[in-house]
Amino acid sequence: MQQDIAQQPEAKSVPVLVNNGQDGPNNGTSGVGGSRRLTEEEFDRYSRQMIVPGVGKDGQLRLINSRILIIGAGGLGCPAAQYVAGAGVGTIGIVDGDVVEVSNLHRQVGHVASRIGMKKVDSLITHLRGLNTLPTYVPYGFHIGPQNAAEIISQYDLVMDCTDNPATRYLISDICVLLCKPLVSAASVQKSGQLIVLNCPPTPQGRVDGKYAPCYRCCFKKPPPPSSMLSCGEAGIVGPVVGMMGVAQAGEAIKILVSALHIPSRDFSIPLERNLAQPTLLIYTYELENAVGPYSFRALKMAGRKKNCFACGENSTLTLEGIQSGTPNYEQFCSLPSPTFTLPPDERITASAYHEARSRGEIPNHLLLDTREKEHFSFGSIDGAVNIPFGRLLAKAAAIKREGGAASELLPGEVLGVTEDTPVFVVCRRGLDSQEAVEKLKELGVNNGGKRRIVDIVGGMKAWKDDVDPTFPWV
Amino acid sequence: MADSTEVPIRESETPTISITVDFYGGLDTLFGKGQHKLAIPAADKSGSPSTIGFLVTHLCETKMNDPRTDLFVLDGHIRPGILVLINEADWELEGEEAYEIQSGDNVVFVSTLHGG
Repeated sequence: MQQDIAQQPEAKSVPVLVNNGQDGPNNGTSGVGGSRRLTEEEFDRYSRQMIVPGVGKDGQLRLINSRILIIGAGGLGCPAAQYVAGAGVGTIGIVDGDVVEVSNLHRQVGHVASRIGMKKVDSLITHLRGLNTLPTYVPYGFHIGPQNAAEIISQYDLVMDCTDNPATRYLISDICVLLCKPLVSAASVQKSGQLIVLNCPPTPQGRVDGKYAPCYRCCFKKPPPPSSMLSCGEAGIVGPVVGMMGVAQAGEAIKILVSALHIPSRDFSIPLERNLAQPTLLIYTYELENAVGPYSFRALKMAGRKKNCFACGENSTLTLEGIQSGTPNYEQFCSLPSPTFTLPPDERITASAYHEARSRGEIPNHLLLDTREKEHFSFGSIDGAVNIPFGRLLAKAAAIKREGGAASELLPGEVLGVTEDTPVFVVCRRGLDSQEAVEKLKELGVNNGGKRRIVDIVGGMKAWKDDVDPTFPWV
Repeated sequence: MADSTEVPIRESETPTISITVDFYGGLDTLFGKGQHKLAIPAADKSGSPSTIGFLVTHLCETKMNDPRTDLFVLDGHIRPGILVLINEADWELEGEEAYEIQSGDNVVFVSTLHGG
């Protein structure tokens, strides 16, 4: 068969488009295209995936005629783009405003050390061209926002959300609802990952007369308060965990395009048999603290489109024009007020003032508590600092409150020369937890009715690095 | 129920119901890993059948390893950004906090992630 194709003279020239009517009811929509012969290179390159049941020549042509938009060229976007490009999706747009940093390289497999400082979109496209020159790659070297989202997304058949913040996630989903685009969404932090296919097959906003696929808001009505949200920068991320989710995203995208599920159904009287039977939230949990602990995958069945959904539901007032002019306000929606602490000035000291006081010998005997996680502490600390992770401090404080016990147990006992009047300085990563720790210690009477000073170091170890010791290994 | 032998028997005479609870997306660090087999009171203090709302408070009071309850509950309700599934179904289909817990129910709490 290979010979048969390879020896066709026209196979190497401009493909001849023949509409054989095998593309289902929606031919004419972008992403379906007509039938044609595969070029020799296409045939050789994609043969291993084309012979998989369910793909075939028609499936491959659908991939070639499709346009995928990958938003985010990081830990999810890199592996996702790699497989999408390898599979031969015809046009691949990539949106990201960041540049490559060395801390990206353990997981963002599309970037390499020699491209540090380069725009992520350009770095990733360089990598993808090395894999496959056939697709058209479109770089968008800026962040997506309410102003530009619709214009970019409208040019694609399917969107992959590989971003890292809730405001952008809600925006992308809303635009996908309004423009009838399927959305493959994934997220990952530390040791967990999640994946869900949304709005697929796409159904116009407001249709609730049957069972339709949910949007991001149907599944996740409200964002978590910022205080409870962890970013990869703060909580860390295991490379293979986010990589696994990005690869799975590519798998779902390929499946949707091969099966032509990205095309909005035109006949709504037909029950959606082509529908992804049940929207599923895949949850991957990885274990690291306990070496023998198992990983786990769990697929949770999600409900379909919700009648009262703000974006896709019955009485939705969401419009493209509204989004562009600032309604809804995504930043505000995702940054509900969270408690912030500000201690009185006499209970605070700047990192440099603390450093100077120490070097001048003004605070010879004091206790320095460092409330960062022990992993952070392990890279380095101020001389003499004692590590009590914030979570553990709070847990101990709660136990003392509940069961009684001496408040002094909150402090490390074995430090030489510490008496009940020894001043306590508290430092954390960025200066928030330390203030809460000072409050807690005072609340439990560690300050001995004011005889002992308990002081917060403003701005935490970040300020120490910025203002005192630039070589400090702050993470 | 096959599981009932493994469920710890509470000391009091209060009738209990056996359920399983799972936590994902970082909530596992607040409650401990793995599936939790619980015997919860069949009724709350006022004698009404135990609901999901009751379970949430009950979990906070008896099962949480971490004092940061605001990572799980805000203003007496489950914090936004946590997905609740009752027997594999979105809790909105079941009446949310008002759902009356049945013996053998599986309740899953998933904190949604945003990193990438």
